[in-house]
Amino acid sequence: MSFLVNGETFTASPRPGQCLRTFLRDLGWFGVKKGCDAGDCGACTVHVDGRPVHSCLFPAYRAEGHAVTTIEGLAGADGLHPMQQAFMDAQGFQCGFCTAGMVMTAASLDQAQRRDLPAALKGNLCRCTGYRAIADAIAGIRHVEPNGGCGHNAPAPAAADIVTGRARFTMDVAPEGALSGLLHMKLLHAPLASARIVSMDTTAARAVPGVVAVLTAADAPEHLYSSARHHHPTDDVDDTRVLDTVVRFAGQRIAAVVAETEAAAEDARDRIEVIYEPLPAVFDPEAAMMPGAPQVHDKGGASRIANAARNIVAEVHGHVGDVGQGFSDAEVLHEGTYETQRVQHAHLETHGAIGWRGADGRLNLRSSTQTPFLTRDALATLFDLPREQVRVFCERVGGGFGGKQEMITEDIVALAVLKTGRPVKLEFTRPEQFSASTTRHPMRVRVKLGARRDGHLTAMEMHVVSDTGAYGNHAGGVLFHGANECLALYRCANKKVDGYAVYTNNPPSGAFRGYGLSQTIFAVESAMDELGRALGIDPFALRRLNVIRPGDPMVAYDEHPHDVEYGSYGLDRCLDHVETVLSADAEPAPEGWLVGSGMAAAMIDTIPPRGHQSHAALRLLANGTYELKVGTAEFGNGTTTVHLQIAATVLNTTPDRIRIRQSDTDHVAHDTGAYGSTGTVVAGLATQRAAEALSETMLAAAAARRGMSADQCRLEGDAVLCGDTRLPLTELAPLGLAAQGRADGSPRSIAFNVQGFRVAVHPSTGEIRILRSIHAADAGVVVNPMQCRGQVEGGVAQALGAALCERSVVDAEGRIANPTFRGYHIPAFADVPRTEVFFAETTDRIGPLGAKSMSESPYNPVAPALANAIHDATGVRLTATPFVADRLYRAVMDAAAQQRPAPNPSTCP
Amino acid sequence: MDLNTVTALARPRSRAELPPPEAGDAFVAGGTWLFSEPQRQLRRLVDLSGFDWAPLKADDTGLTLAATCTVATLDGFEAPAAWRAAPLIGQCCRAFLASFKIWNMATVGGNICMSLPAGPMTSLTTALEGTCHIWTADGGERQLPVVEFVRGPLDNALRPGEVLRAITLPARTLRRRAAFRRASLFPLGRSGVLLIGTHDAAPEAAQAFTLTITAATVRPVQFTFPALPPAAELAAYVAALPDALYYDDAHGRPDWRRHMTQLFAAEIHTELAEGRP
Repeated sequence: MSFLVNGETFTASPRPGQCLRTFLRDLGWFGVKKGCDAGDCGACTVHVDGRPVHSCLFPAYRAEGHAVTTIEGLAGADGLHPMQQAFMDAQGFQCGFCTAGMVMTAASLDQAQRRDLPAALKGNLCRCTGYRAIADAIAGIRHVEPNGGCGHNAPAPAAADIVTGRARFTMDVAPEGALSGLLHMKLLHAPLASARIVSMDTTAARAVPGVVAVLTAADAPEHLYSSARHHHPTDDVDDTRVLDTVVRFAGQRIAAVVAETEAAAEDARDRIEVIYEPLPAVFDPEAAMMPGAPQVHDKGGASRIANAARNIVAEVHGHVGDVGQGFSDAEVLHEGTYETQRVQHAHLETHGAIGWRGADGRLNLRSSTQTPFLTRDALATLFDLPREQVRVFCERVGGGFGGKQEMITEDIVALAVLKTGRPVKLEFTRPEQFSASTTRHPMRVRVKLGARRDGHLTAMEMHVVSDTGAYGNHAGGVLFHGANECLALYRCANKKVDGYAVYTNNPPSGAFRGYGLSQTIFAVESAMDELGRALGIDPFALRRLNVIRPGDPMVAYDEHPHDVEYGSYGLDRCLDHVETVLSADAEPAPEGWLVGSGMAAAMIDTIPPRGHQSHAALRLLANGTYELKVGTAEFGNGTTTVHLQIAATVLNTTPDRIRIRQSDTDHVAHDTGAYGSTGTVVAGLATQRAAEALSETMLAAAAARRGMSADQCRLEGDAVLCGDTRLPLTELAPLGLAAQGRADGSPRSIAFNVQGFRVAVHPSTGEIRILRSIHAADAGVVVNPMQCRGQVEGGVAQALGAALCERSVVDAEGRIANPTFRGYHIPAFADVPRTEVFFAETTDRIGPLGAKSMSESPYNPVAPALANAIHDATGVRLTATPFVADRLYRAVMDAAAQQRPAPNPSTCP
Repeated sequence: MDLNTVTALARPRSRAELPPPEAGDAFVAGGTWLFSEPQRQLRRLVDLSGFDWAPLKADDTGLTLAATCTVATLDGFEAPAAWRAAPLIGQCCRAFLASFKIWNMATVGGNICMSLPAGPMTSLTTALEGTCHIWTADGGERQLPVVEFVRGPLDNALRPGEVLRAITLPARTLRRRAAFRRASLFPLGRSGVLLIGTHDAAPEAAQAFTLTITAATVRPVQFTFPALPPAAELAAYVAALPDALYYDDAHGRPDWRRHMTQLFAAEIHTELAEGRP
């Protein structure tokens, strides 16, 4: 059969059941992405005879005789397609994984469709941007400022590659060279939530032609570890095996097939015969702590599980002052229990890794990870290899949000490579992403607040139960973090916390943007709203009375010394701004709807505690430009741009004169990873220090060359100005000048976010409409306003997903009942309101060039601000996310019936 | 996604070329559902596109839609002015969770054969009292109202080897006034409740009224009346629907679907009662 793709003719025979997406990728068109493989996300959009289609649903054989265009073929001979240029100009992307499909769709829209983007783009999901930047791209709005230094909208260096489909994500490599003979892995997942594997017969599986290996628990190391990746491996419990004989959640992988083709691997996987002995299961964390509950992990002290017999992975208990006294002194009390649900990261690029042994025998892993260095260390430990015998790297990562601060593909791929000696690829399907990766920890949080009549807090008490699911990855870290800044935000003499992270037979929870704080801030900020109503004090005034100010001790639940400082403080400006905008909003309410407004505040430490290291290496190249190597990964957070801007600012040059290489364990000594919002404040500081050191070295060399003192020389673009003369950098290059920079994540500063909403709620259907969304962020010096705005908008959008629609449904058997995007609704264009973003003008004395972190924290105040606005509109207090009409309508109707005065024909509405 | 268990493909161009049915067969119209989920039981695809059926034909008797008529083609159809119910076509196309890109491939017949509660082509063709024309395995044909064809989620009245050939919509209902109501938990999300009322309000007509409930219920539910009933009577019929009929999935709790169904039924009654002689 003959196919015409991007003007080239190919002779090939697709398999009868093959879709166009994989057929095109087999031909080498890697711009065609897989987000869902089910027609929901649009990342695989191509044109067939000029009409856009989802290539994952298009039978490949039907493309015969038709002209197929992928993102690689969209540009004409004369340069970029206008829509590609528009996405560059507006920087209408973050991770860029959805961009090819987004551009292919946008390029096909007629004027009528462009006028109705919510409908036109309903088949294209973006998890990063919140869609504003995409709307701007389609509207032709330009944001980028070429070669902008610090404070300017420098474009992402990968922009041209992203919009043309050339950027290589994890799976975008051909099976050539070291990957020649690439094998495909498919995982067998247990269908039961709790069981012992009595036997596993792989005879039939091994007999399938093309099968190279079937891996079972017998092949796996006995070694216990955690999939969570932290600077200190002992922060997590060791409770996981690569393959286990005990099943603790439905979806747990129990065997892996490695074969010449995906089809053979799938076929063999289905032929593995497993006999299970079902065991009792427990799905509620409070029930799991009760005596007699099934014990999920029968492990000893070496695993560091706090109390395995009671399924408690980690616990936190602490207090300052005397809450009993504080509540006695209170004139107004509020106590409430607030619950958050199981939500999934839903990064468009699923988890995946490709492993092989190099010619030198080293184990190489090309992975979709936020933590290449920590994963390298973990693999070395797990397989008892010298650290230098393992290399882990990533190119561009298609979104992470914390989900890739986890080793859940590299371990099994490494095992397969070591067993077979051949290159092996594992790419998660979207259903695997939902049922066999990780989620946010669902939490039940009881908050009790006491205050005097004048509004001053007298006591704060919080009781947290966190469902960590079947494995304890991030259980402790999320619990401790969740118990911290939500309380430290407030000045109050008496505070107390009791918290438990608990095993259940639910799918494992893990790291997710906000890392425990979004759950507890929903509780505390909802409770503060209730307290304000009871006191008759408006929510902004109540915050101003009680929030910490520079000089106040930052205390959550104990008085242990810490390294968090007031590097800067912009909370007051954030509160003022949101209050001003909300109070000035005079838009009339939609007729017949209930309208109200609400706010919430959030604080975050700018860096995770107890160490976060980054190294940067910078050198002057022969042509007078620079090469910067950093360890931190780019997954849409925009740190690559920020690093270039920081280095360019220090070196007094432009970002285009610096080439960056990143996220490869072979590049620099160490990097703890792109998590905890550290890409700018830790890794960026390492880059700043490397640039400062190199600058000093170059000035000294130039001064020596000119026989001057270094203070008579300064860098300017591609030269050193020495007095009145210019010494081109190319003349210094032969000296091999280079410098290193290092940051260790201490001391730390604090950042603030305030979110305000004005909402309308329909009194008889429960439908919620967001009329206004305002977000104020205290990010210190904003290195790249365009990108930082995008982080805020994306965080708000992702949080709106969790507040309004997302929910992983676990059925009675413990299985995820909605493992697809059509069952698990993440925000589409139509779901996300435009958020007005305000940056408080502060300069941090700790972060690089005055900057603070701003990637996780915008998520945190969104759900409580929305709940508070809905309460203001309806009188209904929502204590559990998500707020969906089918749960809300009854309460709103009842409240409306109570509040509504008897109809009076003499008054007009 | 790739359907890796499929090892054979048949692309008949005439009915005579249709292969005898085998276990593991699936008919492909648009393929947009088939390729969207694992189909581990399948061995052979039988592609219906080679028949080259005319997608749609309008005449005095009504509208005939080939099962393979794409949603995009249907959406682009310019109906005669006398067909006052025609705006339902665009409204139902827009009720798809899927985007316009999917409309380029998805077919009317495929959507009806899926028989999912939220299938908007089921909503459209049921509300307009359409008829399914089925090729039987023995070479014959049979007909069945759409409301009987769709029996429940992923459950239709086709027997092994049968093919849905076409759907006819009578001019009688196309000429009626229509009212459309739809609710989803999310803006432009999947339909949780979709009600359509049609009313034969022309002075010379019989004044018949039909209310069709889809999306909210596990299968289409239809009430037909010789004339517009009093509001209370219609409400009583709708209120009497048993709980078991309401669908329960991630797209809406059954109690909310019931509530919205009752609300919409009353709104439709009000809308269609307006302007009556």
